[in-house]
This record gives sequence, C-alpha cells and structure tokens, in this order.
Amino acid sequence: MSTVTYREALRMALADALRRDERVFLMGEDVGQYGGCYAVSLGLLEEFGPERVRDTPLSESGFVGAGIGAALGGMRPIVEIMTVNFSLLALDQIVNNAATLLYMSGGQFNVPIVIRMTTGAGRQLGAQHSHSLEGWYTHIPGIRVLAPATIEDARGMLWPALCDPDPVLLFEHGALYNIEGELADDDGPVDLDSAIVRRDGSDVTLVTYGGMLRVALDAADALAAEGVSAEVVDLRSLRPLDTATIISSVVHTHRAVVVDEGWRTGSLSAEVSARIVEEAFYDLDAPVGRVCTAEVPMPYAKHLEDEATPQVRDVVVAVHALGA
Amino acid sequence: MTNTIATPSGASPPEPAHGLHLLREMMRIRRFEERCVELYSDMRIRGFLHLGIGEEACAVGVMQGLDDGDAVVATYREHGHALARGMTMRSAMAELEGKVEGCSRGRGGSMHLFDKATRFFGGNAIVGGGLPLAVGLALADRMQGLNHVTACFFGDGAVAEGEFHESMNLAALWHLPVLFCCENNLYAMGTALDRSESETDLALKAASYRVPAWDVDGMDVMAVEAAARTATEAVRGGGPHFLELRTYRFRAHSMYDPDRYRDKAEIEGWRHRDPIPHLVEQLTTAGSLGEGELEQIEREIDAEVDDAIAFADAGTLEPVEDLERFVVTERPVPGAVP
Repeated sequence: MSTVTYREALRMALADALRRDERVFLMGEDVGQYGGCYAVSLGLLEEFGPERVRDTPLSESGFVGAGIGAALGGMRPIVEIMTVNFSLLALDQIVNNAATLLYMSGGQFNVPIVIRMTTGAGRQLGAQHSHSLEGWYTHIPGIRVLAPATIEDARGMLWPALCDPDPVLLFEHGALYNIEGELADDDGPVDLDSAIVRRDGSDVTLVTYGGMLRVALDAADALAAEGVSAEVVDLRSLRPLDTATIISSVVHTHRAVVVDEGWRTGSLSAEVSARIVEEAFYDLDAPVGRVCTAEVPMPYAKHLEDEATPQVRDVVVAVHALGA
Repeated sequence: MTNTIATPSGASPPEPAHGLHLLREMMRIRRFEERCVELYSDMRIRGFLHLGIGEEACAVGVMQGLDDGDAVVATYREHGHALARGMTMRSAMAELEGKVEGCSRGRGGSMHLFDKATRFFGGNAIVGGGLPLAVGLALADRMQGLNHVTACFFGDGAVAEGEFHESMNLAALWHLPVLFCCENNLYAMGTALDRSESETDLALKAASYRVPAWDVDGMDVMAVEAAARTATEAVRGGGPHFLELRTYRFRAHSMYDPDRYRDKAEIEGWRHRDPIPHLVEQLTTAGSLGEGELEQIEREIDAEVDDAIAFADAGTLEPVEDLERFVVTERPVPGAVP
C-alpha cells in the first residue's frame, strides 16, 4: 500500500503499459521533453526514449489520425490530447475514422487505440479549456468512453483499455490530478464493462462519474448527517453504460438524481434519466432529478465558475426536491 | 526549395508483356466502371457512385511499384485503385450491389472498399481524412522495423484541407515512408483548382514541407509508373515523396452531378489524351500488340465483368439480425483479453 496522486497513478499505468508491450507508445503535444502539460508523463521520455514517448506538433487531427493509422498497422498507440476542447480539432478522425472503420470494412480492420484527454472545470481556465464534452462522445457507436474517478481507476483502466481491440477514449478530470489516495501494491486491472457502487444507501441513488464523484460522495455525507441515506453509483464506463447496475440501485432506493458536469440539454444525464424511466418507472417514488452545469460557456471568475458547476449543496437540494 | 524537387528518369517503352499488362489493367477498370453506370441506371447500384473514367493510368501506374506488404489508402473514387491493387472484380462488384459477399460485406458500398488481404485501407470518403491514416500506417511500419511503403491517394481538393498540411509536416518531420499521390483532376467536385487555391502548383506545396515532389502526366501510364517506381524506391527505407498526377475525369463527379461547371471543349480536349488509346497506339507502333489481340483482351475483360456481375447478382443480402455485428470487435468470451 502506498500513497499516490491521481497523476502518479496515471503515470504508473503508462509506464507499466510501455514496459509490458513493445507495441505501446505515447504520442501527443508536449508529452516528452515538457513532461506532459499536466505532468502526467514526466520522466517517461528518459526511460522509454523519443520514439515511444513522442512529441507531436500542434496538429490534433494529424496525430490522432496517425495514431489510428498506427493502430491499423499493428501498434498499440496511446494518444494524449491536452483537453477535450482541443479534441474537437480531431473530431473527424475520432468519429469518421476510429469509430467507423471496423463496421465500414465489414469487420476487417479494428482500431486498438487509446486516446487520453483532460476534461472538466474548476481551475479557472475559461470557456475553451473547461468543458465536459465527454457526453458528446458517448453518442457515437464504435468507441468506448471511460472516466476514471479514483486513484485505483486511474491506475487500473489503461491496461484493459489497451487490450480492447477497439478505440477507447479516456477522460481524466483536471481537478483530480492532485488528489491523493492509497493504492494497493497488487492493484489489478479494472473491469471496464461495469459501473460500481461507491457508497451504499437506501433512500436515493446518486448516479455520477469522473470529477463529480467527489461532489456526490460529499453530498452523501451531508445527507447522512440529516438522516438521508444516499447510494452513490460511479458509472466509470460512459459508453457502453452499465444500465443494470443503475437500475438495480434505483429499484432498491426508489429515487434517483444524476450528477453530471456536462450541460443538461442533450447530455449524458439525459440518457441516464431516460434509461431509468424506461426500465424502472414503476419503482420510482419521484421524478428523476438532475444536477448539471449551468448552460453557459465556462466563466473565468472563481465565484461564477463555482456557480456554474454542480456543488455539494446543489445535490443536496435536488435530493430534497424528490421528497427524500 | 527547388532543390527538393527531383525529376524522375524518362519513361522508356515498356517491355511487350508488361505493356500489355498495363493496358489490360486500365481496360479492366474502364469496363468495370462503364458497366457500373448501367447497373446504376438499373438500380442495382445505389448511393453515391464516383467514377474514375479517364484517371485509370494513375492507379495502375502507381501500383506497379508496390510490393505485397505495402499499404494503400485511397479515396471514395477508388474502384480503380482496389482493382489495380488486386481486389477481385467479384468482391468489388458484390460490394457495390450491397451483398454480403462484397469486400466490406455490403457495409461500405462504392465509397468504402476495404481489403485486408491486399492491405487496402479504403475507401475513405472524408476529403483529406485518409492522409493521417497513411502517416500512421507508415509510422507503425517504421517502429516495427518493416521496410514497407504506404501509398496514399487523394485528390486536388484535399490540398485545401488542414489534414493535408498536418500530414505533410508529420511525414516529413518523422521521415516516414509515405508515397503521397495527388490525383489532380482540376476540380474539387465542382470547384476548379484556380478558384480554390492561391497556389495551384501542388508539388510546390509539398516541397515547402521538404518533401521531394514532382508533377507527372497522369494520362500516361508509363510516365506514372516510371515516376512512381523512382519515388517508391526512395520512399522505401527513406522519407516521404509526393507525386502530383495531372489527370482528368471524363465523367461528372458522381451520378448526381449535372456537370454544369466544365466547358464541353475542355472535356473533349482531355478525351483526346485518353490513357487507354494512347497506350494502344504506343504498343501498336512498337509492334507489341498483335493482330486481333486488343479484341481478345476486350473479350476476356467482358467475360470477367460479366462473371463479376453474375456473382454479385447471385449474392446474398446480409441477414438483418447481423445489423449490429462489427460495431465492436467480436470476442468469443465477453470481456476476455485477446
């Protein structure tokens, strides 16, 4: 058992993958000499060299596409994009190529690529570095979307993602890089197909993922102090969704609030709500609640950013609104 | 900058058997696509159908320099490239008819021909989108110590896309074995090159990335082959090269295109440079094409196309139960690591 940060856990996963499989390489803007824009890959260049820890020009479409091509050619690339906002420059390659090639080729060409990127607000980075667009990617058949919310998942998701023969997007929440936690020395790979109950409860289910897991857990603490028992489900895999785990919790608590840092309209929270209504309508004692980011481009000023993003009190209020 | 533009050795008359091979390959593509027009009218082929009639020398010429292990990335006007690369006519035609016996199981259609056996990576219908894939395939070869070449075809329209510039830079920066083959047919769908590019010398654009580049008469299969062989030899084990193949499509952009933007006289002018009669004339002059031999080749090709159409017509539709197969890779045990 050792104490590590989320950033260090991600770095351990990268180093482990690079050591285990010669086909694995890391590519992206400033991943090498700079050490990664969030210092995730710091030190990897020294151990693995510039071929396998490869700095790229600022050409998101070019190097994401090159990663897809390298995957087609037998490699296991890990491509880092600085933030999800920048990934929009590579949207063509991700959506039109990575997600479609297997189907379009009648099953001939799979694309075993992992694309990592930072998502989320909370660091006063304004409207072009702070959005939570992972929900958009969950709309796309043919890609797997993951959101590690804990130290264990930061350490354990990469290797099974690399073993997946199809494209995987891995969203690291920028506000989590500095969190610390205990990591078991023998901590193993994560089951990518399953959501996980992070806290047991009986009065309401909080469904969340990524950077919002901590908010939901803190809200559960606050609710517990009032005598309300909240169960917290961490989705972990945003696509495919583990609907069974969500439904089994809601059937047991009869109330649900979805906590999603994305905007409400056309969002992942909408999808989760719809599934609960489709599959557990008669088990509900109240409408499904949602706590999402205000529908504004992310503001810079701290008080406005806090106001825009879901806070613990917002979750508590939403739970109360359901009569819990 | 000019010192990065090499000049290929001039094309010499082909050895007779090879000349006939080039002719047959171009005629196969021409006849295949002419029959596609009929099948389209007959509603047996649907969707977008982009024909490369007039451009056959580009695909056939470039393929001559490639080995089995090399890779090809092409565009949505790729019937000729797939056939010249070695895809069977049956497989291509069944795909166009949407049958499960097609190269992509009927999932792709005319714009998305794929073939693992010949390392044919599409059939890419986003203009410019195939170039980064070619860079990555070459990167994979380089990192695995494989001495392969990736030939990447694209049109003049792709030069306006950011992905063209990003790919040129990456391939040159990392010294990757990509042969960029720009089929410049002067029109990006309906927009003439000089209406969309401030610099219409496309080889010059590639050269600005320090990629050795030259332009080639894309209506002369021997010139294309000579240039492609020279370039491919340099690319193999070396860095990227760029060929601007100056060509022309005799038909409209697609079956939907009324072709209002091209002057009839311009089209006629290019028809006089048709690569097939051009080669027939050269072979006849050289005495390589015997009495009745052209007709014999035509009959053989007609038989091959007839067979391909019969195969496609007799093909089966994929069961609707299989609709969701291959969205993700099929694994025998759910969750198992391959």
